[in-house]
Amino acid sequence: MSKDIYALAEHRQGEMRDVTFEILTKAKILAKETGGSTVAVILGSGIDNLAESLKSYADKVVYIENDKLGHFHSEYYQEALKSLFEERKPFLMVMGHTSVAYELAPSLALKLDIPVITGCIDFRIDGSSVYSVNSVYGGKVNAEYSFNSENGGIVTILAGSMPAEEGGLSGELEKVSFSFDLEFEDKIFLQFVEAVAGEIDITQAEKIISIGRGIKEEENLAMIQELADSIGGVVACSRPIVDAGWLPKSRQVGSSGKTVKPKLYIAIGISGDFQHLMGMRNADTIIAINKDPNAPIFGAADYGIVDDLFKVVPALKDKVAELK
Amino acid sequence: MDSIVCIKRVPETAEATLKIDSSNLKLDEENLVFSINEADNYALEQALLLQEEFGGDVTIVSVGPEKTDEIIRMALAKGATSGIRITPSNLEELDPASIAKLIADEVKDLDYDLIFTGCIASDDGFSQVGVTLAEMLGINHISMAVEMEAEEETAKINRELEGGLMEKFEVKYPAVITIQTGINEPRYASILGIKRAGSKELKVVEASEAKAEKVKLEKIYFPPPGKMAEIFEGGPAETSGKVAEVLKTKGLL
Ligand SMILES: Cc1cc2nc3c(=O)[nH]c(=O)nc-3n(C[C@H](O)[C@H](O)[C@H](O)COP(=O)(O)OP(=O)(O)OC[C@H]3O[C@@H](n4cnc5c(N)ncnc54)[C@H](O)[C@@H]3O)c2cc1C
Ligand SMILES: Nc1ncnc2c1ncn2[C@@H]1O[C@H](COP(=O)(O)O)[C@@H](O)[C@H]1O
Repeated sequence: MSKDIYALAEHRQGEMRDVTFEILTKAKILAKETGGSTVAVILGSGIDNLAESLKSYADKVVYIENDKLGHFHSEYYQEALKSLFEERKPFLMVMGHTSVAYELAPSLALKLDIPVITGCIDFRIDGSSVYSVNSVYGGKVNAEYSFNSENGGIVTILAGSMPAEEGGLSGELEKVSFSFDLEFEDKIFLQFVEAVAGEIDITQAEKIISIGRGIKEEENLAMIQELADSIGGVVACSRPIVDAGWLPKSRQVGSSGKTVKPKLYIAIGISGDFQHLMGMRNADTIIAINKDPNAPIFGAADYGIVDDLFKVVPALKDKVAELK
Repeated sequence: MDSIVCIKRVPETAEATLKIDSSNLKLDEENLVFSINEADNYALEQALLLQEEFGGDVTIVSVGPEKTDEIIRMALAKGATSGIRITPSNLEELDPASIAKLIADEVKDLDYDLIFTGCIASDDGFSQVGVTLAEMLGINHISMAVEMEAEEETAKINRELEGGLMEKFEVKYPAVITIQTGINEPRYASILGIKRAGSKELKVVEASEAKAEKVKLEKIYFPPPGKMAEIFEGGPAETSGKVAEVLKTKGLL
């Protein structure tokens, strides 16, 4: 077994994704501890430039070029990575906990007969063991999982849970040729489908009043709209509000919605799950209204009110009217 | 078209005050309400919609304690055909691969076109069981489905990517599809459905000690206190007054 830490570089539509630099940073820190190398792995077609751009983040950039890897397809990725893994036996492979990893990591681990921990927010290595920190129960509890990585292992980290630092390395490029014996005709990528643009672009708004499942009923949205009107902001929301069909997808804040950076973000009846925080934690001023004092949103907010939103929102509307 | 739906019984934690059991391995369950995992409710609905369109059976499978019967019965009340509850003696030691293995052993000889799971369980948040199950059964999988157009032998599925982007795949059955929330509008059970559910088949598999796979839960704990908002004290009039003042001082009104 080597001591090397591999990181799977993620790219989409010709661009490297931010999470790649986060996991490479983590891989570099760990490789120092294990005494191994940091190896970036990138798969695709026509990716010379992308592979090149990883050189300062890794001791080695292994890149596998093949037409069949032109678009992410878990079966082709799995074949290629399995063969790479078996040949080089890295100590650990790190991936972002992204739509790529959802589709790939569990089945690749099974195929290789190695352990996998998905969705962690941090992890460490101790000898041949890997210990993770996972945020569970909607962010209210942490869990520590472990596995023995003697024969290798896979860890996927939530995007945005680690800082990405400048690389400072000067890795060599190694192109690996790989050909597929199999065609996966039972599962075919057809096309990308863009999200429908909304009538309001919340990413441009300076003030956002955002609502979550705490609003209970669709009728109650009117109250939030009134508050937003009085403050001069727009109404956005967490995912369950969109799932219920109460607001269009274009108003959703979070990892699968929009990332916003307004001057003001008021989160009302939103628990503050990681996936939501990802989309709003860089707002200048964050105010949270939630009846649960332990809601994770208070960890991201600057100011908070622990109370029933149905009492606070009307009162706040009145106070705003008084002070304006 | 026959489907299997994997559902998990999970605690509702968003509004609950949580306590950790003295084992430090699980929550104190005393004051917790349990229900079907959110994404699994959408997975169930997807199977029921296909049943309405194409006919066939919907089989519910869940690995969990005896009380899991409640969520299985509710799925039967909504229209599923029959249920299977798998209860191994060492439930708490099992990682997602072990859970998937128990399900795979139970369903591998059933007739099915599609297996639906949720894309993620709200308790552990792993997003593993569906894809692992597909690999164990040697069939295709598509994860994070947010739109689905099914035909007799294939389906076109939009997978959710980050930032609202989707990618469309075509997949041939048999396949595992992991369902993301929002793909449909889950129904409620009717009174008649609830009455009928009582007489539907619910098979119980008391698995002896299941093989625990490679990942071990060491402990659970409350996250160390980090940065915390300044919390305004008082009744709604006072607290909202303070927020309004903050807005005014910062020029946000
Ligand atoms: C791959 C993936 C992507 C995701 N992407 C996103 C995303 O982009 N955006 C997103 O938001 N989520 C996303 N999610 C979902 C996310 O995991 C959470 O489920 C979601 O953010 C929870 O929304 P919520 O806070 O509104 O609801 P809940 O978690 O149910 O919280 C409701 C809150 O309201 C409070 N409340 C209830 N009643 C009242 C009252 N009367 N007064 C005051 N407070 C009250 C409760 O205390 C609770 O904190 C994603 C999940 C996955 C798996
Ligand atoms: N104990 C279980 N019994 C049945 N299905 C499960 C179980 N655990 C997980 N699943 C299914 O797998 C999905 C993903 O779970 P997880 O991998 O734990 O995030 C869930 O949404 C369920 O559909």
